[in-house]
This record gives sequence, C-alpha cells and structure tokens, in this order.
Amino acid sequence: MSMPAIFRTCPETGLKIHGSAETLIKINAVVAVVFLALGGFLGLLVAMTRWPAVHLLPAEWFYLVLTGHGINVLIFWIIFFEVAVLYFASAVLLNCRLATPIIAWAAFVLMVVGAVMNNVAVFQGESSVMFTSYVPMPAAPHFYLGLILFAVGALVAVFVFFGTLVVARQERTYEGSVPLVTFGAITAAIIAVFSITSGALALIPAFLWSVGLVSHVDSLMYRVIWWGLGHSSQQINVAAHVAVWYAIAALVLGAKPLSEKVSRTAFLLYIAFLQIASAHHILADPGITSEWKVFNTSYAMYLAVLGSMIHGMSIPGAIEAAQRRNGFTHGMFEWLRRGPWGNPAFAALVLSVVMFGIAGGITGVVLGAEQLNLLMHNTLYVPGHFHATVVAGTTLAFMGITYPLVPLIFRRELVMKKVAQWQPYLFGIGALGISLFMMGAGTLGVSRRHWDIAFTEAPVPYDYPPTAYLMLGLNGLFAIMATIGGIMFVVVIVSSILFGAKRGEAEIKRNPVVFQGGAVAVSGYGSEGTLRLPGTVVLVSLFFVSFVLYYFINWKYLSEVWPLH
Amino acid sequence: MALTSPENRLWWKEHLHGVEIVWISIAFLWGLVMFFTMIYWHIAGEQNLSNEAYRVAPEEYGKRVEAFAEKYKVREEGTTSIPVVRPPAGGDAYMFGRLWEWWPILELQKGQSYRLHLSSMDWLHGWSLQPANINIEIHPNYEMIITIKPDQTGVFGVICNEYCGVGHSQMVGRIYVVD
Repeated sequence: MSMPAIFRTCPETGLKIHGSAETLIKINAVVAVVFLALGGFLGLLVAMTRWPAVHLLPAEWFYLVLTGHGINVLIFWIIFFEVAVLYFASAVLLNCRLATPIIAWAAFVLMVVGAVMNNVAVFQGESSVMFTSYVPMPAAPHFYLGLILFAVGALVAVFVFFGTLVVARQERTYEGSVPLVTFGAITAAIIAVFSITSGALALIPAFLWSVGLVSHVDSLMYRVIWWGLGHSSQQINVAAHVAVWYAIAALVLGAKPLSEKVSRTAFLLYIAFLQIASAHHILADPGITSEWKVFNTSYAMYLAVLGSMIHGMSIPGAIEAAQRRNGFTHGMFEWLRRGPWGNPAFAALVLSVVMFGIAGGITGVVLGAEQLNLLMHNTLYVPGHFHATVVAGTTLAFMGITYPLVPLIFRRELVMKKVAQWQPYLFGIGALGISLFMMGAGTLGVSRRHWDIAFTEAPVPYDYPPTAYLMLGLNGLFAIMATIGGIMFVVVIVSSILFGAKRGEAEIKRNPVVFQGGAVAVSGYGSEGTLRLPGTVVLVSLFFVSFVLYYFINWKYLSEVWPLH
Repeated sequence: MALTSPENRLWWKEHLHGVEIVWISIAFLWGLVMFFTMIYWHIAGEQNLSNEAYRVAPEEYGKRVEAFAEKYKVREEGTTSIPVVRPPAGGDAYMFGRLWEWWPILELQKGQSYRLHLSSMDWLHGWSLQPANINIEIHPNYEMIITIKPDQTGVFGVICNEYCGVGHSQMVGRIYVVD
C-alpha cells in the first residue's frame, strides 16, 4: 500500500504540496460544483413553481424537485466541498502528506455512489419525501441506502483528515500550534463526526423499516435524532465557512486574527455547544418538556451564539486592522470603502459575513426561541432563514475561496475576470432576496414545502393576504438573479480549470494571488498591538442594536396571539 | 496569518484587549437575557406550548374524535361534508389530521378556554392556524393537548404545514370563533 509521497513546492506560498492531496482536493471540489449546479437548477424550478403567476411544475414534480434540491445542495454540494476544505486545511496548510490517499479515494467513491444512488431514487419518483424524509412517510430503500453510503464515505474522509493531523504532528511539518484555519477545520470535523453518526442512527432504522425488517420507527424519535444530522450538518458549515472567512481575509489582505486566543476559544464554544441545536426543530412537537427545549434550543444559554458573535467582531476587525496597516487609515470607513471590491474573493467574504450575521444569524436565534417558534414553525420563514445562512453565508464563502484556489491548486489563470467580478454580487444579493421574501411570506403564515398557496382543491377555502403572493413573486425574481450568479460561478470556474492559461512564473509575478508581504505588514496587530478599530465598533454596534430590536419585536408579536398553554 | 501557525507560540497567554473584553461580555450577557426571557415567559407570558401529551393508537384516537363529532355536531360544510362541531365552552375539543384533511371543523366561543386534542391518523402533519399564526407539529401515536382561548371572532383556516405527500396543499380545515 505504501507509495512514496510526491510533493511540489508552491511558488506562491512556499508550501510543500502533496500530489495525492492536491488531486483529491480537486476532484472533491469539482464533484461538489457538479452537485451545486444540479441542486441549484432544481432550486430555480422550485422558486418558479412557488411564483403564483408562473406556477411552473405540477404537484408531483414540485415535491420531487424540492426533495432533490434540498439533498443535492444541503448535503452533497456542501459536504464534498467540505472534504476538499478539510484536505486543504490539513495536508496543504500543514505542509504535509495526506494520510492514506487510497482510503481517501475509497471515501470519495463511496460518497459518489451514495449521492448518485440517492438521486436515482429521487428521480424515479417514489421518494419525494423531502430532505428530512420523516417517517412514517416511506421512501424507496435505496433512497436511505444512498444517504447511508454517502455518510459512511464522508465519515471516512473526516478520519483521513484526523489521520493527516497525526502525520503532520509526528513528522513535525509545522511549528507550534496549527494555523487558525486548520483549527476551524478541526472544529468542523469534530462536529461532522457527531452529525454523521446521528444521521446513521436515524437513517439505518428507516432503511431497515423500508425493506420490512423493522415494523415501526417512532416519528418523534426519528425527528429528534435526524435533526442531529440535519441541524448539526449546518453547524459543520458554520465552522467551515468561518475558517474560510479567515482564510480569504488572510489570502487577499494579509489579515491576521486580532487574537488567536479569542478566535480559537470561539471555535471551542462551537464544539461544545453547537450540536444541541437539533432542538430548534422540535420546539413545536408533543411529548418533549419545556425544560429540555429551553436548555437545548439555547445551546446551553446561548454559548454557541456567543462564539458566533465573537467571530462577528473578530472577522471585520481583522479586515479593518489589515486595511489600516495597508494604508487606508482615513476616517471611520476608508478601510472598507477602499477594499478590493473588484476581487471576487473579497466581495464574497464581505457579503457572506454581513448576510450570514444579520439575515441568517439573528433570524435563527429568533426562530430558535422556544415560544417564538410557535409563530414560524414550518412556515416559509424557516427556509428563508436558512437560505441566508447556507446560501448567502456558506455557499457564497465557498465560492469566494474558490477564486484564489483555482490559481493556487489548479495552477490556472482565471478566465472571464469581469464575469467573476460581478458574480458574488449577483449571487449574494439574489440569495438575500430569496431569504428575505421567503421570511416575509412566512411571517404572513405561508407554509413551507407547499405547492399551491391558493388551496384550489381544498374542501374549504382559505386565502392568504395578497402581500404573500407579491412576496413569492419577488422570491422568484431574486431566485432568477441568484441562478444567473450561480451559472456565472460554474462557467468561470469550469472554463478556468479547462481553458485557463497555465500559471507560470510570469503570471505569478503579474497577478499574485497571495497578498504580498501580508504577514509582515500586519504584524503590529494581533496579540500585542494596539487595537483601534472604530469602524468595526460601529458595525458591530449596529448589528447588536438590530438584533435586540428584532428579538423583542417578535415577543411583541407573540403576545398578540391567542393565549394558549 | 490565519493560514500559518500563530507567531506567538504561547497564544493562549495573550492578554485580551479592552474592546474584545467589552464585546464578549455584552454578547455573554445578551445570551443570558435571551435565555431568561424564555423562562420569564413561562411564568408571565400567555403563549406557551403545552407539555401535556399521551401515547395513543391512531385507531383509538380516531374513535374518540368521531364520538366527539357525533355528539356535538351542528351542521356540515365543504365539498366533502365535514361536520362542524360545537364543543361545550370550557370543555374538550378534538381534531385529527389525515391524508388530506383536518377533521372536524370546530366552532368555538370567543373568550372561552378549550382543551384541544390534536393527533395524526397516519403521517406527520403541521397544524397551522391562520391568520392567528399558531404552528404545531402533529405526530401519529402522540396526542397533544393544548388549552387555547380564542380572543377574536372570525373564520380561521387550519393549514397543513408539514409536507404530507402530493395532496398536502389541499389539506385545509377550519375553526370558527363566534361571540
């Protein structure tokens, strides 16, 4: 099994890069983008059906497509890309060989087989059970089996990552502690172990039930355990995209974390508390006590929210500190105004941080408050919230890091630079529109996963307010915008990989990807330096005030609902 | 940089800056405020989801709902002749979800409390009262009992908001609240 590890030295970073690691990063990232394209296209069909004036698909197709949309983007796109991030954060950043490349290939094959099998089941039409596949609504056995194989593959990939950390430690390929980005990736990997295990615990009984070996799976137990996968897998995203934010800021601006200690502590809070958020989905269920709900839904007194709020200051703070060192010192916001907005990685970073924090983070906390959940449970507010976190947040951050990684890992020049420049804005603002208008419709009571909000075939009629129709129309328009942004991303990245100029010394000199002299330039900040960040203080204060206002406005809404207990 | 090992090998001994300490403290305290708001609402708020639930076989539950509907039926409505049932004020009211209807229709009196029993006959359903906007997850085999007190008159829709198959969007029931 043992083959000599082949390395190249990266001319831009000086890092030693292991050939097998590089190939595995490429292949996982490319397959991720394929699933993004598929899932994104299905998402467009969903939005076009929700748009009452268009109402594109018949009901059977709508639910089939919605199932495929959810699984392909929430599971396959994100986790394939995360495996690429894990291999990058271990083998590349630690200057080290990837542990057991053959097993890493086996993991990849399992994941592909699982993902394809699951898609086949969905498109055969007997498994339109949504991303969540709640029992006792049945899906075909290979629907569950595909997900289980995928999960096993992903779990193996996570252990290849852990193995690589051990190899790096033993072979002393780095000095001191691992880089912050690797630390974030370790956080994501630990959460992944928890979350994938929960997935197996929910899906294996469901699979056995679907083939008739188990007679009954309790629907409440399934929901509690399944959400250990469903929600925690989104927490893998949070940890991974926060790590990616730090990485983009470092690559583009030479930014350095304000404080290694603070940022790492925030990641530790994620490991300890993020997972119990599966409770967010069980707040309106019978048979579970309020004590359990209150403790779990708040991540034990909001300690994971604390972690996110810490990153919420330290990321913009790191950007401001770096920009001030780079000479943009005038006034409160010159550092932000004169940022490299034409660099798609930077634009994606800033949009992703802002939209994740404000549109995604605040609404998530409100949704997750035990009693407030009554107002929004299973309404379109829920997908509105998570399109802000997973699309405008995670997906946009992953798109952003791909722009520097194509030249560094694929060693190709980006083609169609103008298209790349506009891509994050179109995609990001499209995603923001989708999420805001879905949340708006949800506030008006519109149900999620619903084919016909006019209820034309119902035994008794019900009319949603006309504003709801307007909201879903606007949702459709912004979905078109996000789709254009998504197509631009796929076209730019695929053409760059296939047709981009090979990156030689001349290209590297003319068009450096890594910020020149970054580490030196900002060394005054961080642990011992002064920390005068007026712009960040203003931005964070604005964020906090909107958070508090929005939170209490929702309690006001709740107080107007019929009394119940 | 975040991509390289920390320059200060003893990074865990770094001291915190004022602005960091202030923000972390604010964020921590805000977390406590949000946590205790939920507990406060259990004591002082009027909208809390019930913790009362029982295991029940769907057939058994169905029989009870039918007996209830039989006893208090006042008329029939809708394209499928769903009974409209008027339970005694302050008493028990029953409803179930099944593919794809909410059954029966209830007629309640404003300002009166009812013990409303909810369960599913088959798959998961979502009991979404509109436009009052109360949303509850309904499971088969679990009977949830909430005490509600309608405080406005009108015609309210009961929408299913947990996906339950191809007829999901036809699943609309109704609650009347009268003076």
